[in-house]
Parts: sequence; structure tokens; C-alpha cells
Amino acid sequence: MRKHPALLLLAFACVASGGSANPYESAPSARLLPAPSAKLDSLVRAGSVGTAPTCSDAAFLRRVYLDVLGTLPTREEAEAFLADNSPAKREQLVGRLLERPEFADYWGMKWGDLLRIKSEFPVNLWPNAAQAYDAWVRAVLAQNMPYSEFARQLITASGSNFRVPQANFLRAAGGRDPESLAAAAARVFMGTRLEGWPPKLRADMAAFFSGVRFKPTKEWKEEILVVEPGPEAPADLLLPDGESVSPPRGTDPRAAFARWLVTSPESPFAAVGANRIWFWLFGKGIVHEPDDFRPDNPPTNPALLDWLAKQFSASGYDTKKLLAIILNSATYQASSIPGEGGAFSYPVRRLEAEVLVDAINQVTGSEDEYSSLIPEPFTFLPEGTRAVALPDGSITSSVLELLGRPPRDTGLVAERASRMTAPQRLQLLNSRYVLQKLKTSAKLRELTKSGKDARGVTDALYLTILSRYPTELERNTIQAHQSPGKQPPKEWMLDVAWALINSPEFLYKH
Amino acid sequence: MNPLVSPPFSSSLSRRALLRYGALAAGALLLGRRGLVAAPSAAAAIPPGKAKAVIQIWLGGGLSHLDTFDPKPGAGRDYCGPLDKPIATNAEGVTIGQLLPNLTGQADKFSLIRGMTHGNNAHETAAYIVQTGHPEGDHVVYPSLGAVVSLFMGVDAGYAGFIPPYIVLTGPQGRFSEAGFLGPRYKPFATGGDPARPVFAVEGIVAEGITPERQKARQKLLHDLDSLGPYLAGDPAIQEFQKAGDEAYDMILGDGAEVFQLSREPDELRERYGRNTFGQSCLAARRLVERGAKYVTINSNGWDTHKSHFQAMNRKLPELDRGLATLLQDLSDRGLLDGTIVWCGSEFGRTPRIQWEAPWNGGRGHYGKVFSTLVAGGGFRGGQIVGASDARGEEVAERPVYPWDLTGSIYGLLGIDPDGVFPRYGDASVRLTPQSGVPTGGRLKEIM
Repeated sequence: MRKHPALLLLAFACVASGGSANPYESAPSARLLPAPSAKLDSLVRAGSVGTAPTCSDAAFLRRVYLDVLGTLPTREEAEAFLADNSPAKREQLVGRLLERPEFADYWGMKWGDLLRIKSEFPVNLWPNAAQAYDAWVRAVLAQNMPYSEFARQLITASGSNFRVPQANFLRAAGGRDPESLAAAAARVFMGTRLEGWPPKLRADMAAFFSGVRFKPTKEWKEEILVVEPGPEAPADLLLPDGESVSPPRGTDPRAAFARWLVTSPESPFAAVGANRIWFWLFGKGIVHEPDDFRPDNPPTNPALLDWLAKQFSASGYDTKKLLAIILNSATYQASSIPGEGGAFSYPVRRLEAEVLVDAINQVTGSEDEYSSLIPEPFTFLPEGTRAVALPDGSITSSVLELLGRPPRDTGLVAERASRMTAPQRLQLLNSRYVLQKLKTSAKLRELTKSGKDARGVTDALYLTILSRYPTELERNTIQAHQSPGKQPPKEWMLDVAWALINSPEFLYKH
Repeated sequence: MNPLVSPPFSSSLSRRALLRYGALAAGALLLGRRGLVAAPSAAAAIPPGKAKAVIQIWLGGGLSHLDTFDPKPGAGRDYCGPLDKPIATNAEGVTIGQLLPNLTGQADKFSLIRGMTHGNNAHETAAYIVQTGHPEGDHVVYPSLGAVVSLFMGVDAGYAGFIPPYIVLTGPQGRFSEAGFLGPRYKPFATGGDPARPVFAVEGIVAEGITPERQKARQKLLHDLDSLGPYLAGDPAIQEFQKAGDEAYDMILGDGAEVFQLSREPDELRERYGRNTFGQSCLAARRLVERGAKYVTINSNGWDTHKSHFQAMNRKLPELDRGLATLLQDLSDRGLLDGTIVWCGSEFGRTPRIQWEAPWNGGRGHYGKVFSTLVAGGGFRGGQIVGASDARGEEVAERPVYPWDLTGSIYGLLGIDPDGVFPRYGDASVRLTPQSGVPTGGRLKEIM
């Protein structure tokens, strides 16, 4: 609970143009921001030439749903939010969304990419382990386990990878030698690529993992992670900051590393964690790539990163608290339309493959079926499973593949492709996959019934697909399209729905 | 400020830590420089390739070598089952399985590698090893042959055809990511649809029931209703979106779709290929390479015959036989075979000894120790046998060929340096084929 939200009045500069506003920006107004969010804004402003105007309520609604839940607001949710006159409605919405169960699904997908949760090549976790691991990660996110505790458990877990989900962190590392295990910890929690380190530092770091062994069991593909320090294990270990530690004989040296990682002021842990959250919300890290911290890849705004890291650690690594600070800031709520002279604007990004497929299914009221016939045991997911909730990188569809779902080969964020390609446009514009969903959509057909006139149908389509009301210009365009051929309502409605689904406004976060 | 000692993580880093990370940076720079030196040096030596395109026929699940390209009639019933009467071909000394009669007339065009080996019996890993030509376990996840060809002969090399350079008929393979570390730009275009149906409805290109007029009306509506796009005209992401849309409409409204109209082929030829998905995929593959596609993969599934293996062979081999034999003849008739490599194989072979007992009831398991692959065209000589397995097809008896020996040979015929580096990839130790640390039988010089 915040005790004294400092009353900060922020006036936003108006764009020069004036006149009738576009549906993406709000008129300049004075708004009250929570103190930490206002502080964040001042740090952003100090590091740039200004911030674009505030985005409209509709743009904010859609953006914050997509960034927090990976899903679109429903028509009813959009209507209610747009009709709400409370000045605090954006902050209230942020609070509500962070408590929704879809949060864990969507952020679990992001973590699944980093942790390489996948049955098949090259991770080969097998369905039992992949699904146990995925379920644990999503539970952790739902209960908002402190990020430091999450990291500590993953780094130090021992036991069967079918029964102790956390043991899969090292099992999925990409190799079983100490250096591969160390590389996974360095990549995920220190944001660095171990292979770029000098050999001596690599070896020091690997030594913390030198006793880790994987033992097979009689269960097909099950492995038990045990720590058996060999005779070669050194008594003194060197932490990444050069400090030496001597774990007592018989203790797991991984614990000493984990302790340093999450508590030492020398550790990059908080900055890397905060930077990754920033990356997930803005598409670009303050250090970018977020898994490539290097001295010659400095943060674009060091004061901002430092402050975010301190907020994160001071909160006891409360991910949702950090998210709320950012989501309630004027920075996050800046318009995506570039302002004058390079002012900060919300970066436009294509929806992720899973989010896009789910969004198409949501607006058309359809679903995809997911199953994995390889490897055994076969996996069939319940009807209505959303793509963001898929528990295993090996369970996929050709559409998800085409749209750039990452194969989880490397665990690097760059693996997720969000650039639009011609084959993707073909799929969206003209595939049976999309056209059938539109054509057979009972949900869309329903809109043309229930006594609605063209205006009502158009409103409903826009609220369902774009989460806003149409402008007069758009109404006129639609009227012009429908009149010459005297199309039946279903035909022009489908044409409009098709056009909206294929517009950048639907396909991109903005 | 010296970038080497600028704080990497927080501004409160100690001097001691700075020294450590400073050393780290020096290491990173060294690596980078090594990458830069190696990159340009490798490409020059290799002569321009004879082959212009590749057709890969992938029999996913594992092809039984004993029943097809490496028959062992003397091994007895426990090895041959009912298929113990191999047949001679038009190439001297080459016999093949009795369910492949059409291929006997094409043996002068293909060669059989009978000593393929890698020793791995897991589908996903073996498929990766064979299709990338790299052993497992490396930290790097390599791209498949098709993605490498797409890199060196596709869009990055001035390829400007309408058809995507790397195409899969009809579904992606799923065992691993074809593009590996190259990323999604190099993934194949999977056609979807079924070429054996009256309309080969290639996903995104051929939409049944939408007239060209309605396509154009929709295109205009899409443009007119795009309210956000104009505000973001300077945004690179939106520019990419517009460019991709223009290219897509070139395919939808232009001539791009013609290549998939198999009805333009004579009925007699379509019959010869076989009126089934595999046969018509072979025909589609020929049309694609004829129009400039660089790498076409036909994914044929259902070869993982643990149970009732011989019933499956009776069903599947005649389709394979017709489709592949007609493809070789057709390519040859059109003068395309010299410029087109055809290779047909799978991730591994199947256990030579038959499991007669329940629940297998005459099944064969996974067998990575020795298996067979067929190669033809593009500079591979025909009528040859490379290497041999032992009397029961259980061990390599002579001239082993590892997956990287085969991929290296294919790269060479395409004019791609098999020992070269990946352009723009930082690590110079990452090469098209492994340079050390793996067994090798050498590239296929004897048939090139």
C-alpha cells in the first residue's frame, strides 16, 4: 500500500496539429500519477528529448491487455472501460489485470522461451518433464513468488526432473558439462553470454557447477540431478566479482553462487531482471539485447536502469509491483505515434505468434487444436487451449511456426521473430485457415442479427476487433464499400472483419 | 569514457569488479576479431557448382534399408521376411528391393550409399544430424541443408523469384527447427493443402471461393480502413508490413500461383507419378525447380513401422517407387537432372532382424548404425554403389558415409564451400560442416 502518493500533476504537451483528434491519442490533460511512476518518467525525460503525447484510453486498454495478459479485451470490456469516467480508471485497470490468471499464462510463455521448455530436439526434456516444469513456472508467476527465490530454486534444485520441476533448469541447459550449466545461469540471471567471457572467468564460474551429475532411472527419459563433488573440486571458488568463497565440505557450491547472485551488491541480478521486464514491455531493453550485458554494450539510460534495479530489489523482487510502476507511468502510456524530434513514443511491435493466433480465435470465436504425436507419450491438449498457454515448445502448429514462434533452441530473446514476412502476410490475407474462421464464425454472424443497423454492426465489429469505436471517416468508407454491390449484410460484415484483422492496428501493439 | 571499463550492470560497481569485467570485454573483442578474419577468406576457392537446385525426399520415421536400397536375400527369413527376391536394375551389379520395379529402370541415374551411419536411434536427434550434417550436443543449433541453401542461393544472394527459395511439400517436419540459428527468415515455406486433390490449395496463395474481383475490392477496403498505418509511415516495422503485403499480393493476384496448378500437366504424366499425395508432390517439386526454386523438401510420413512392417511396405513402397522413378525420368527428359540434386533418405534405417513376436507382429525398430540413402543428379554420377553393409545389414562393412560427408558433397556440387563459415555469424569455428572431432569417411568423390 502506498501511503502518500505524491500529488504530481503532469501536463502533456499537445501535438501542434490540433483539430479533430485521431483515435490513438488523448487530448492534453492533467493527470495524477503514483509517485514512483512519476519518478520513472522524470528519469526517462532526463535521458531523452521528451515524451510523445498520452495515448487514448482505447489505445491504452488494448496495449495493457496485450502486454500484461497477451490477450485482447472483449467487446464488453472495451465498452465498459471506454464508458468509465473515473480519472483513476487506468491505474485501476492495471491493478485488476495483474491479478488475472491469464497473466501467468502469458508471462509463463515468455519464461518458457528463456528456460527452453521443450520436449524435443535440442532440449529433449520429454513431455513429462516439460509439462511439470511449465506448470511450476506458471504457478510461480501466479503466486508472484519473489524473483530472487525463483532464481535460487532453479539454480540449486536437485532430484528427479519429473518430480522436482526446478531441476529442469540445469537439465535444459544445452549440455551437461559444468560450463554449459554455468552458461545457462549466466544467460538467464546475469544477462550475459558465458562464451564471451575470458577462459579464466568461465572456469571460475563453471566450478560452482562441477559436481552436478544427471543419473538415469528405470523410467524412460527421467533423470535425477545429484551433486557429487569430485576429488578435483577446488576448496576455494571465485565468484564472478572476484571475491572468493569456501563452501564447507559436503555442501552444494551452487548455493554459494545463488546467494551471491541474489544478494551481492556486485551482482547484476536486479538490473538484469528489471531490464528484461522493460524489454518485455517496450520491445527494447535499456541494455539491448537483454541477454547481452557487456561493458561495451552499456545501458542507454544508466540512471533509469539503476533506479529500476533498486526498486526491484527493495520491493523484495516483487515482479508485479515493478510492472505496476512502469504500466502506470506516462512513459508507458505515451502514444505510439512519433512526436516531434525523436521524443519517446511507445514502440510498435507485431503481436507474438501465439498472441496473434489467440487474438484471431477470440474475435472469430474459434479455437485451434493442439496435440503432439512426437515424441511418445502422445499429448493431446484440451479443447480451447490458448496458444500462449501451450506447455511445451514442441507442441506447435504450422501457423505458429510460420508466425515466428521461437524453437527454444538457444534461450536468447532474439530467437522470437516478430518481423512481418510475405509468407505471413499470405497466411493472414488469404489462407483457408483465416478465411474459414471468418466464414464459419457464429460470433461474427451474431453481430449482424439482433436487429442491429449498419451503424450498430460496425460499432460491434470495431469494439470486438480493434477495441474502440469507429471514426466517422471509417463509417463512411464502410458505407461506400457496402452500397455499390448491394452486398448482403454478412458479406460486407465479413469483408470489414477481414480488413480489420489484416490492419496494422490489429496485428501490432501500438 | 573508455567503453571497456564502463559499468556493465550498475553504476555502483566496484573497481575490482570493473577490472574483472574489463578483462571480459577484451576477451569478447578478441573473439569478434577472429570471426572477422575468417569470414571472407573461405569463399574464394570453391568452383561454381553444377547443381542449381535440390529436391530432398524425406521418409520420416526411418526407411528399412534391407527392404529397399540394400537387400540381403542371403540373410534368411528373420531378416528378409517375405521380401527376399531383390530385382536387378539397368545398372550393372545393382539390385534393389522387389517392391521397387519402376526404379530398376532408373538405376543408371542414381547411386546408392549403403554405408550411411551415425549411430543415433532417436528420431528427433537423428533427423537433426542427417538434415543439418552436424553431430548433436554442440552448443550451436545448426540450420538444415535447405536453410543453408536458402542462405547462400536464396534471397541474400540476389534470388528474386516469385516462389520462395525453400519450400516444403506439404507440411513442416516438426522434429527440429529447420532454420536453426539462422532464424525464421530461412525457414521453408510449407505449402499445406494436398496436391492430389483437384485444386492444390496452397495456404495463402490459392483461396477457394474468393473471386479476383472480390480480392481486389477487399484489398482496397483494407487500404482505406488502415487508419493507424499512415501515422506510422516512418516506422521500420510498418514499412516491413507494407512491403510484405505488396509481395503477398504479387503472389495472390500475379502469376505466382501458376506453379501450383498441377492440372496444367498432361493426365498421362500425372498418372505416371501416381495419383496420391506423394506422387503429385514429386510432380509439384519438378515444377518448382523448373521455375527456379532452390530447395524443395517432400516430407513423406509413416515410415516408423514398428508394427506390421511388411503390410506398411506393401502399401508405401509402390507409391515411393512410382513417384521417385517418374521424377528422375521426367527431370532427365527435360534436361533438368544435371542441374538438380535428388536425395532420398531418412533419419536412420530399421533393425535388420525382424521382431516377429507380439506386439510387433513382424516389425522393425530404429537403426542408426547403418542405413541407405539414394542420390542422383546435379553432378552425382548414376549406376554406382558407395560402400557396403555386412551380410545382414547390421554393420558398415566398407566405406562409411557420415551425414556431414553427404551434406558436404551436396554443398560442393552447389558451389557452396562446405568448409566455409556462415556470413555474419560471429564465431569462426562454426562451419557448414564439422571441421574436426567427428569420424568421417570423406566426401563422395567417387561419384562426383
